[in-house]
Amino acid sequence: MIALLWRDLRLAMRAGGGFGLGLAFFLIVVVLVPLGVGPQTELLSRIAPGIFWIASLLAALLSLDRIFALDFDDGSLALLATSPLPLEGAALAKAIAHWITTGLPLTIVAPALGFLLALAPEAYKYLLMSLLLGTPALSMIGTFGAALTVGLRRGGLLLSLLVLPLYVPTLIYGAEAVRRGAQGLDASGALILLGVITAGCFAVLPFATAATLRINLR
Amino acid sequence: MSIWEYANPKKFMAWTAPVLPVVFGGAALCLIVGLVWGFFFTPDDYRQGSTVKIIYLHVPAAFFAINAWIMMLVASLIWVIRRHHVSALAARAAAPVGLTMTLIALFTGAIWGQPMWGTYWAWDPRLTSFLILFLFYLGYIALWEAIEDPDTAADLTSVLCMVGSIFAILSRYAVNFWNQGLHQGASLSLDKEENVSNVFWQPLVICIVGFGLLFIGLVLLRTRTEIRVRRMRALEARARRA
Repeated sequence: MIALLWRDLRLAMRAGGGFGLGLAFFLIVVVLVPLGVGPQTELLSRIAPGIFWIASLLAALLSLDRIFALDFDDGSLALLATSPLPLEGAALAKAIAHWITTGLPLTIVAPALGFLLALAPEAYKYLLMSLLLGTPALSMIGTFGAALTVGLRRGGLLLSLLVLPLYVPTLIYGAEAVRRGAQGLDASGALILLGVITAGCFAVLPFATAATLRINLR
Repeated sequence: MSIWEYANPKKFMAWTAPVLPVVFGGAALCLIVGLVWGFFFTPDDYRQGSTVKIIYLHVPAAFFAINAWIMMLVASLIWVIRRHHVSALAARAAAPVGLTMTLIALFTGAIWGQPMWGTYWAWDPRLTSFLILFLFYLGYIALWEAIEDPDTAADLTSVLCMVGSIFAILSRYAVNFWNQGLHQGASLSLDKEENVSNVFWQPLVICIVGFGLLFIGLVLLRTRTEIRVRRMRALEARARRA
């Protein structure tokens, strides 16, 4: 499982900007929003938590179809399925690799971009915590979505239609935690619920992902 | 009579053919009686005026928008556990019906909301979760349409339906957390003495029964169509091979 994780990470690095692409996309979204809604600081600082969360959602979505597509095409997914490692473990490793290449860099960079959207100073801590707690769930849910659409030739658009509604609870709790933090309210409830969702996703979805992969490999 | 018997499409077709007109007839009767009674023979509400009468469409549609998803979940489970082919087709058949019910509930709610709340749309938890339910239906239908092999499609949509159910419930409570509601509480529940005044309650129940029969009828009809489509494909495949 760890070997698989390393392999995926190395592939992401060498395939040209596995880390960079998602980050660049995130940066562009964050830059484009003020251009769209205008430069008023109070407006920006009010919508900043939502923008950060939506940008991370989209950045995670961007690289989902690569999770299984290449392995499915060249047959290594079939090899993985027959290997001694249970497919559930492979699904988990894939999700973690996806998180390390998209979610983790986003989490580290997002607070540095806070000043662009005039994020309230108190909110930085909560932004970091909520992204750290929430983005793994985004990767895991996305891995499930990618497994559903892996056999389809043009699955990209369908993938976003399937995955984005599943992102709703994560988005709500994540953005709410930052918003409450920015207003100086107690954000611990939202953060705990966010952690619960992430833990639940990692407990349940590897099995669902492995089941869908088996169906697709049949 | 057990549902396993009707895993045989031939038996299912033979059984539904005579049942279908009865179900549709009952639906028409209930809806006509319920709607006419509701629209013309109930008094106006003292606060809402005549707009209250949209309840006869709104509540049953909302009720079956949710129940259609639950029915899809049960049908998917039956398919996954016992490879009940008709069940998988019934789940597929129910999705567009549920989608339409969701749309009806959203539309009638918007029409009622304009004079009463002063807005067609508010980001109220109930409204929001219905919009999210609408998106779930769209994804489910799109996945069915996208996959060519019927068994793979049935399997994958079943998994999506199960995972989707969990996330739909999570979303329902998440939006509660996110915004407090404008929408009134449940119109009908069993554990309360009186929910809606009796004059409105009786035609409402008839309308719900009517919508239920309509839902069953539409699902059966669409399942029959799906079975026929399946047969046609099999015939075409056989003709090509010959």
